[in-house]
Amino acid sequence: MKKYSVFSLAREALRYHSGWERAWASPDPKAEYDTIIVGAGGHGLATAYYLAKEHGITNVAVLEKGWLGGGNTGRNTTIIRSNYLQPESAAIYEKARGLYEGLSQELNFNIMFSPRGVMMLCQTQHELRAMQRTAHANRLAGIETEMVSPERVKEIVPIIEIDGPRFPVLGGLWQPRGGTARHDAVAWGYARGASARGVDIIQQCAVTGIDRDASGVTGVQTTRGPIRCKKLCIVVAGSSGVLADMAGFRLPVESVALQALVSEPVKPCMDCVVMANTVHGYMSQSDKGEMVIGGGADGFNNYTQRGSFQHLEETVRALIETFPMISRLKMLRHWGGIVDMTGDRSPIIGQTPVPGIFINCGWGTGGFKAIPGSGWATAEMLAKGTPGTLAAPFSLDRFTEGRMIDESVAAAVAH
Amino acid sequence: MLILRCPYCGVDAEETDLAPGGEAHLTRHGPGSDDAEFRDYLFQRRNPRGVHFERWRHAFGCGKWFHAARCTQTLEVFGTYSAQCSEPPEEIMTAIRTRRPDWEMPA
Repeated sequence: MKKYSVFSLAREALRYHSGWERAWASPDPKAEYDTIIVGAGGHGLATAYYLAKEHGITNVAVLEKGWLGGGNTGRNTTIIRSNYLQPESAAIYEKARGLYEGLSQELNFNIMFSPRGVMMLCQTQHELRAMQRTAHANRLAGIETEMVSPERVKEIVPIIEIDGPRFPVLGGLWQPRGGTARHDAVAWGYARGASARGVDIIQQCAVTGIDRDASGVTGVQTTRGPIRCKKLCIVVAGSSGVLADMAGFRLPVESVALQALVSEPVKPCMDCVVMANTVHGYMSQSDKGEMVIGGGADGFNNYTQRGSFQHLEETVRALIETFPMISRLKMLRHWGGIVDMTGDRSPIIGQTPVPGIFINCGWGTGGFKAIPGSGWATAEMLAKGTPGTLAAPFSLDRFTEGRMIDESVAAAVAH
Repeated sequence: MLILRCPYCGVDAEETDLAPGGEAHLTRHGPGSDDAEFRDYLFQRRNPRGVHFERWRHAFGCGKWFHAARCTQTLEVFGTYSAQCSEPPEEIMTAIRTRRPDWEMPA
């Protein structure tokens, strides 16, 4: 792997950029791997990267049915935060946020991490109390957040209207170290790092079946032929149910569409992320000047990667009350992704009923922010065969034991 | 926009008039059941990519619950039917088999 630096840039500038190498290799699949990871999104690629880097396991293939980072990794609104209520969630999301801080340097790939701050608005009395509770829980977990007054919210976000008739801003939970990152670059950076360490990333290779015998998994059938493996890790977000069906078990997961949209680009007007959970809308401004807006998920199962128009209308209608200036903006484009929702809105990282098959899924509407932590914890689990302290609470059997990690109402975020 | 015909009042209801109610025909386990059965009832879902049976409520219409058979991959609707049944009626199954000859009812 050639290092990217100001010197390599200068050198290439003098020879018409003819010396750059491909960021990652595209090898043909081998007949057998120690570990196969299905899904080359952020979580799958991060898992492969940390398997190679932290545990020295490089006989690994990452199989992807489409193109790298083309699913939810390239479709989210790029928000990074860790202000979760439950200690288990706070631990893994804070691990991820911490890793994001040094990720550009570590990967030698600019992921454009921008810790611009995340403001979660409190627009009802109930939400204000819930956020105060979260702020205390964050303090206990060592996560830097603070409750701020409506006047301070207005100071940080001047375009906001704090005296709205229906949903006045009563306060805010401010996480100054949260922010955004370039979502594609996160996938590309991890892919480059994993590929340089010997991991095979195989795109355009859909898994069509999972082979197993009495002792567990033996390999997968793919559109590029059968591949044998000792361990299999399914990291396919919205398609988790389909892969689980191939392996012969069911998951406590439902796949629904989640949408986002961007406005036409405007001059800089908001330099942090604002989340209005009561009205189901999040907004930040991209470096290009577009207002990036995310809303709530559809309520019914869907695999089409497109959602319902009325959800966009609902999101924008609600945001206009809090941000009157966006009422004159034109929508540039909108898109949908298929997210995998669990009953308690917390992810699943753990072993499955089939020996040798591991799963990482259920991130629902909030997977992007967790990519480094999730990959780190999943790699640890794959290397050791059992989940480590970060992953253990998120095991699949919590649904049998009733040991929920309830973020559906607790985090007061629109899931 | 998703449009479902309410089998009770006969209205072609738009998505905004309807409230989704999740997977249909779940076995409701009660007292005396073990942990795995409660898990299946409360959380475990088929989540198929293809033919799916769901509960819907005509929330901003007659207010009644009903069932719908739908394809989650194409958003095609095969039909709607009464809530007072524990499995899809024959005409719905025929409608599905006509358009999806390879489809089999999962166990």
